[in-house]
Formats: sequence, structure tokens, C-alpha cells
Amino acid sequence: MAKSLLIISRQAPWSGPDAREALDIALAGGAFDLPVAMLFMDDGVFQLATAQNASQVQQKDLTANLQALSMFGVEELFACSTSLNERGMQPSGLSVEPLEVLDDTQIAALIDRYDQVITI
Amino acid sequence: MKFAIALHSPAHAPSSRRALLFAKAALAQGHEIVRLFFYQDGVHSASGNVVSPQDESDTAAQWRDFVTTHQLDGVVCIAAALRRGVLNAEEAERYSRPAANLPAPWELSGLGQLHDAVQAADRLICFGGP
Repeated sequence: MAKSLLIISRQAPWSGPDAREALDIALAGGAFDLPVAMLFMDDGVFQLATAQNASQVQQKDLTANLQALSMFGVEELFACSTSLNERGMQPSGLSVEPLEVLDDTQIAALIDRYDQVITI
Repeated sequence: MKFAIALHSPAHAPSSRRALLFAKAALAQGHEIVRLFFYQDGVHSASGNVVSPQDESDTAAQWRDFVTTHQLDGVVCIAAALRRGVLNAEEAERYSRPAANLPAPWELSGLGQLHDAVQAADRLICFGGP
């Protein structure tokens, strides 16, 4: 059976290529039909904000790529409720679906469930 | 045990040196390294153009020696490398850039190589990163 991989994405979308490079790992895994999941935590939850205006900073908007994850077979998407709360973001109305919001205890269990973990 | 090692930091970062020490220790204890995968700023750890001051260690050169000596599979992510100006001769020519700075034994390849290593290894160990 294929080993599962959890990608923890912890950087804001416009802080450099980190968000893009975390996402690329997930998309590549999905393309190979591998069991991959993404967890958005810390500043990574900013990637889930709606109505971003990427062109203001001469960047490409990642939202469409995040929304394409399920088309690539990456359907296990999680967000950290503590990180959302700290940044005044509501768990409802985020840009990516389906998305499961987890508390710290659930995140510990999630990390434990995956064979390998990569954090960016 | 079979290890896959991912490095996300450049040669001047302490985590690049730590990754190298870990890799050496793993082999010394009889473990196997299925692949080294340099991603994000880790592509700079494979650059052949790093010049360290004489009284400082040259981690990029040490990585090259280590991979060559042990005939390891050393892969540099091509998308991350192009974005950061780390090119082998073929890519420098393809994109009409004035210099190549990724010498042997490093190979440029895609993220599929990371997933392949994750599948083959008992443990993925990551160093560095944001």
C-alpha cells in the first residue's frame, strides 16, 4: 500500500514561493494517485482567504490552484482552528472546499495518522 | 533503515550542514539513503558557484564530495532551481542564460522524485525551510 504524506503549509501566500511550493508537492502527489493531504496552519491559513487581490503585488492568485486540488485527487484538506482564530478568520466562508477545521488535539492525531510529513 | 532526506535551505544555513552530518551519520551506522532531494532554497546547497571564505567550511563542496563518494542519488528540484537561477548546462542553454552552476553529481528532476523517495523510504527527514 502506498505511504501517505501530509503537507503542512505554514506560510502566507505572498511571502515568497513557499505557499506555491507546498501546493506543488500536493498537486504532484495527486497526479501520481498518491494519498496526500494538506494542512494549513500558522500564516498558511491566509491562503484560504477569499477575495485576494494578487495582482496588486504583481503575483498570481493561488486560490484557483487550491480549488483544483480536489480535481487532482487531493481531497483531504485541513485548517488549524487556532491559527484561524488568532488571525480573526472565520472557519466558514473560506475559499477552499471541502475543508475540515481541526483543533490542536485533532491536529496531533492527524499528524500521527500519516506515514510521512513535510512542513513548508 | 531507509532514509529519504529533503533539504530546504542554502549551503550557508546551519540546517544544510546539519543535514549533511545527519546523512554521514546515517551511512556510518549502516543505514541506506534512498535519495537526497533539494527543494526550495535547498537548491543553492547544490550550487557549484558558492565561494566560502578560506577559514569557513564549504558545505556545497562537501555535499558534492559526499554524494560522489557514496554514489548517492542527488536530485535537485528543477522548478525550484530554475526559479532561483541554479541551472545545469542544458537548462542554461535552453533558457539562454550566461552560466551553468549545477555540476555533477547533481541531477535536475521533478517533484515526482520526491514522492518516489517518500514511497521507497521508511523515513522522510526534512531539514531547513521557512
